[in-house]
Amino acid sequence: MLTLDLARRSLRNRLLPSILTVLSIAFSVALLVGIENIRNGLRASFTGTISGTDLIVGPQAGSIQLLLYSVFGMGSPTGNISAEAYEHFQNHPAVAWTIPYALGDSHRGYRVIGTTQDFYEHFRYRGGTPLALAQGDRAREARDVVLGSEVAERLEYDLGERIVVTHGMGAPGIMDHDDMPFQVVGILERTGTPVDRALYMTLEGIDAMHEGWEDGVPPAPPSFAPGGEGSAEDDYYAAPPTPPSETDAHDHDHDHQHAEAQTPVGAQDPSDHAHDHGGTQITSFFLGTTSRFEMLSLQREINEYRGEPLMAIAPGIALAEMWRSVGYAEDGLKIVSFFVVIVGLLGMLVSLYTALDARRREMAIFRALGAGPRRIIGLLVVESGFLALMGAVIGVALVYGSILLFQGTVEARFGLLIPIRPLGSLEWLYLGAVVAAGFFLGLIPAAKAYRNTLTDGLSPRS
Amino acid sequence: MTNAEGSDLAPDGARVPAVELRQLRFGYRPGTPVLQIDSLIVPAGETVFLHGPSGSGKTTLLGIIAGVLKADRGEALVLGKDLTRLGGSDRDQLRGERLGYIFQMFNLIPYLSAFDNITLPCRMNPRRMKRLDGSLDSETRALARTLEIESLLDARPGELSVGQQQRVAAARALLGRPELVVADEPTSALDADRREAFLGLLFESCREAGATLLFVSHDRSLEGRFDRALSLPDVNRAPVAA
Repeated sequence: MLTLDLARRSLRNRLLPSILTVLSIAFSVALLVGIENIRNGLRASFTGTISGTDLIVGPQAGSIQLLLYSVFGMGSPTGNISAEAYEHFQNHPAVAWTIPYALGDSHRGYRVIGTTQDFYEHFRYRGGTPLALAQGDRAREARDVVLGSEVAERLEYDLGERIVVTHGMGAPGIMDHDDMPFQVVGILERTGTPVDRALYMTLEGIDAMHEGWEDGVPPAPPSFAPGGEGSAEDDYYAAPPTPPSETDAHDHDHDHQHAEAQTPVGAQDPSDHAHDHGGTQITSFFLGTTSRFEMLSLQREINEYRGEPLMAIAPGIALAEMWRSVGYAEDGLKIVSFFVVIVGLLGMLVSLYTALDARRREMAIFRALGAGPRRIIGLLVVESGFLALMGAVIGVALVYGSILLFQGTVEARFGLLIPIRPLGSLEWLYLGAVVAAGFFLGLIPAAKAYRNTLTDGLSPRS
Repeated sequence: MTNAEGSDLAPDGARVPAVELRQLRFGYRPGTPVLQIDSLIVPAGETVFLHGPSGSGKTTLLGIIAGVLKADRGEALVLGKDLTRLGGSDRDQLRGERLGYIFQMFNLIPYLSAFDNITLPCRMNPRRMKRLDGSLDSETRALARTLEIESLLDARPGELSVGQQQRVAAARALLGRPELVVADEPTSALDADRREAFLGLLFESCREAGATLLFVSHDRSLEGRFDRALSLPDVNRAPVAA
């Protein structure tokens, strides 16, 4: 008890240095625990980009590529899925719902996605959160467009804004679908996922817009049309290296639409159009199964579909795979954590050691008064251990306090949700190391003080 | 190792010397002896002045008498106990219980009040606490009155003058009726007037406590006030360090 009382008074006597030592320990602990939380947040955010979707289906190609263009809005679709194939699986008994995606157009660098009401109904992200509209309504008519939150924010669009969609991913220009402007009818809530960075319209809208664009160029004056040569390059809908079966289907559709090209676009009912011609070509679709047990057999069935070469990927598995392949970002953070630990422990060593080394005189007095080595060691160990413990506790409190305070801001700003989670094993290990080092560190100056009283007698020359 | 009151008496009835060194050898490194003392006796109940210039091994000798250092050979009897035969913790115990020690300066724990500094040895050592006649508080106040620091008991060392600090240190060394008080140049930081005053108070307190005083200094001018004077260079045959 006397030791505790003495340690308490001694710490209070050196309040400022004690506080500084505690703070330096707290900051290093906070840094490590903070980095660990961000690392986990990044992973959760990444793997939570899409949830609830059992399979993503696209034309046969690389699974990463399919994931990139359908979920992350990166890269180009590798081809199309025919309306027949889509309908086949849409009506499959194991399929509960589907969300079709028709990609290939953009607006000022942001992707335009043609989809259906199913998108608003069934799309889920981050642990099953559904999409919500911040303003307005879903896109229901051919000329409606709904904006992702980032699109609305960056381009400063409000409801009612009229926008023109560009064919392909290029800058606005001669590839504009300027014969068919769209009107913003809704803006989605922020999700912190790539959903925020796209525009959503109906498949009918996509169809109507592309009347006469089957060659990948505007149906405008012949002088501007580059002809057959240039078409393969830009046109995602044309999917150049298509297998025979798809080419057949495509050609069929192609001819058909040509025949109708004379009809004024505005006068046409797009939904009729879609129904009349057996639906639109899409680039991929998401699906949910009626039962998770069906997933594997359904996946195999899609991969072996005879109508055209399709592939299905399970987004959860694909995302985890992808996270591993881009995991060097995480490794980078781990390396940073490692150095934070080293620097933190070193800093703690220095501040505790200097604080204790300044007290050799005090230790000589204690020795002279009959204090044995155990008392001296107890005194120093209790003090440095207490400082380390306080530092660890305050550091952890600092991190969780900041997460509680800034969780919302960070999510809104960076689309990164940092969840409140219990400490991981690495963090416990570090905390243990900090506290253990604190206690152990008290031993060094104690041993030194003891040795000094032996060599100096009772009069250290300090 | 509890020492009954009567054990201070030798079989022939004379009091056992407070300190008795015989054929003592000590060196920090083998081959370079610092102390070679064939015989040195501090009789019990006396005030003894031990003179030694710096480098003569004073501090080392005090370390051995206080039981912090252990002699390589010979006997170091302190209050009847041969320290060369005691383990470290027994030597710590003996020092804590039956010795008082005053440094040259910076005697006090800076974060404890004068009162807490004075009572620290008793609080650290239950046996020393038992040697008090009255309560810790009343004994401390009585001693403080003798040393004229009663009004300063609540002050921190930083608020005290050097002379006042040395009197607090003396009170701490004397509380719990130690049989031997070792003072290592306690007056060297004081001016002549204060030195005289401090010595007077120290003598008076030691007499009241019945303690032997071993006072070490390089300043021979104080020698005349002690019962006995010894010269370390005369008894230490080890070559003097540079």
